[in-house]
Amino acid sequence: MHKFLIRSFVSSLVLLFTLTVAAVAKDVKAAFVYIGPTGDHGWTYQHDVGRKAVEAAGFKTTYVEGVPESADAERVLRQLANSGHDIIFTTSFGYMNPTNKVAKEFPNVKFEHATGYKREHPNVATYAARFYEGRTILGTIAGTMTKSNVIGYVASFPIPEVIRGINSFTLAAQKVNPNIKTKIVWAFTWYDPGKEAEAAKALIDQGADVIAQHTDSTAIVQMAEKAGVYAFGQASDMDKFAPKAVLTSVENNWGPYYVDRVKAVANGTWSQKDTWHGIGDGMVVISGLDSQMPSDLQAKVKKLQADLASGKVHSFTGPIYDQKGNLMVAEGKTADDGMLAGMMTYVKGVEGDIPK
Amino acid sequence: MIVDINFVGLIIASIMASAVPLILASCGELITERSGVLNLGVEGMMIIGAISGFALMTVTGSLIIAVFGAMLAGVLISTIFAFLTQTLITNHVATGLALTIFGIGISAMIGKNFVGIPGKEFPVLFEGLKDTIPLLSPILFGHSIVFYFAFTLPFMTSYFLKKTKIGLIVRAVGDSPESASNQGINVRLVRYACILYGGAMCGLAGAYLSMIYTPQWIENMTGGRGWIALALVVFSTWNPIKILIGAMIFGGLTIIQFHMQAIGVRIPVQFLTALPYIVTIIVLVVISRDSRKIRLSTPSSLGKSFHKDN
Repeated sequence: MHKFLIRSFVSSLVLLFTLTVAAVAKDVKAAFVYIGPTGDHGWTYQHDVGRKAVEAAGFKTTYVEGVPESADAERVLRQLANSGHDIIFTTSFGYMNPTNKVAKEFPNVKFEHATGYKREHPNVATYAARFYEGRTILGTIAGTMTKSNVIGYVASFPIPEVIRGINSFTLAAQKVNPNIKTKIVWAFTWYDPGKEAEAAKALIDQGADVIAQHTDSTAIVQMAEKAGVYAFGQASDMDKFAPKAVLTSVENNWGPYYVDRVKAVANGTWSQKDTWHGIGDGMVVISGLDSQMPSDLQAKVKKLQADLASGKVHSFTGPIYDQKGNLMVAEGKTADDGMLAGMMTYVKGVEGDIPK
Repeated sequence: MIVDINFVGLIIASIMASAVPLILASCGELITERSGVLNLGVEGMMIIGAISGFALMTVTGSLIIAVFGAMLAGVLISTIFAFLTQTLITNHVATGLALTIFGIGISAMIGKNFVGIPGKEFPVLFEGLKDTIPLLSPILFGHSIVFYFAFTLPFMTSYFLKKTKIGLIVRAVGDSPESASNQGINVRLVRYACILYGGAMCGLAGAYLSMIYTPQWIENMTGGRGWIALALVVFSTWNPIKILIGAMIFGGLTIIQFHMQAIGVRIPVQFLTALPYIVTIIVLVVISRDSRKIRLSTPSSLGKSFHKDN
């Protein structure tokens, strides 16, 4: 009897020990919620490239694609939180409220919301990329390369992210070429190749010889290639879609951040923060420069890239005026992050009104 | 803005190019509906055509195989619909919706390996004549073979339905399958053929998008054009020539609103974006007011299942 008791006591100790060890070494599981399909070759595609980097770093990942920014998002988040995920990345602006709501119900799960600003609970962090730094480079190239002095810009939706991009692009283009005009066409879609191509065609027919885009598909650079004008790749390197038209691309590089944050959960060092990384931290990457660009422009762009990375140059350095001529940023000052995050006015030199 | 005559020609040419997929899919669906079958799977068949065309082009390198393969893929997926609705007598609406969902899903699955691959250049005809006649040159010359086919299709469809015996049989089957059956017409066979033809045209419409208009594959790239094509069939009151008009108005307003934005016309952009949908419907309703003609051209047994034994 004694023997039996001792044996069972020992075996339960062993069992307990095994369980504890298992719990400590438990694999960290990360989940990703996507607005679009991973096959969009744009926004969601790039997040998924980041997810694969997490997987390559030895963590388990799950993803749910095509999740609408509605009550559906809450349902998906709850399910992911319930099924043993330790950290959940929500990769679209519209997931802001659902993320905070579900985070309250699951204090032990970490939530990371892309492009948002609400961190209502200690387990919610936010992150975004300073894409406008990339657009400063594109604007510099566009202003130099245009011959008609008309630059076309296909925009998606009137939100601060897009307005900031238009402004940063225009300011940089004006700096190298005060005569340029930026014509903006709103496609009201993130990706619809047909519509994007039509918008680009309209701008080209109106005399634009450089086209910038803030929509996701490769239709615009292809249209530029056909029409013999210049364009820039968005989100990923689009050079192979239009080798003659694409001068460079601004790539979204989420992988390093994702790996960092998942590792932080594994080490127990994760804490709430707001991350806004740019060229300097490698979240925004400028692809190779096309050989059609004159060598002095290439050198200028490389220097600008280094200066933006080091912080020596800021995309929004005063004096900056809005369309009506009101001073937005005083001479010698730079726009602070609060102003950038809520930017909803055009700078001087942009044509037209922001759709309301 | 420079209003030169070639500029107008260029705009009209872009409008026509954007109308092509709508014309193809609508004219295909029109034949299906005239035989009394309502197939809501247009979007699904188009997206299957888009991925099949793009995948075959990438794998085989042959544009001819790709175009015909896309049409065949449209035929194959519509065979499922035909089998379910004609042989198993399932509900047209539910089966059609299922076909669309199925098409979007399976195209995404097949398409996973084709994302991020550039398409091939599709040859155009009469390129050399592009600068010969002012205004007309950009409209008439320098387009793909599918473009020319699309703009003759409504006339051929109209001729087929009005002047040929087979066209008459299709209409008879759509209006009164019972009488047609009593006349010795194999209703099921005719409907099968019309569904498969509709599938082929939707497949071609999809291939036009992924191979010619915007040569690339991304998920959901048809972007609801299948639903617009379906609406065109109804609002044109089953008249192929009015489909052509409707598709041109729709494509035209989409493009003209972009031009208005670029020029800087001070009209709310949201209104401009909604314009194509509103105006197309209004125009088609207005030009199709004659109720006697509507009754004549509406397939009376549209969407109703036909059992041979009752």
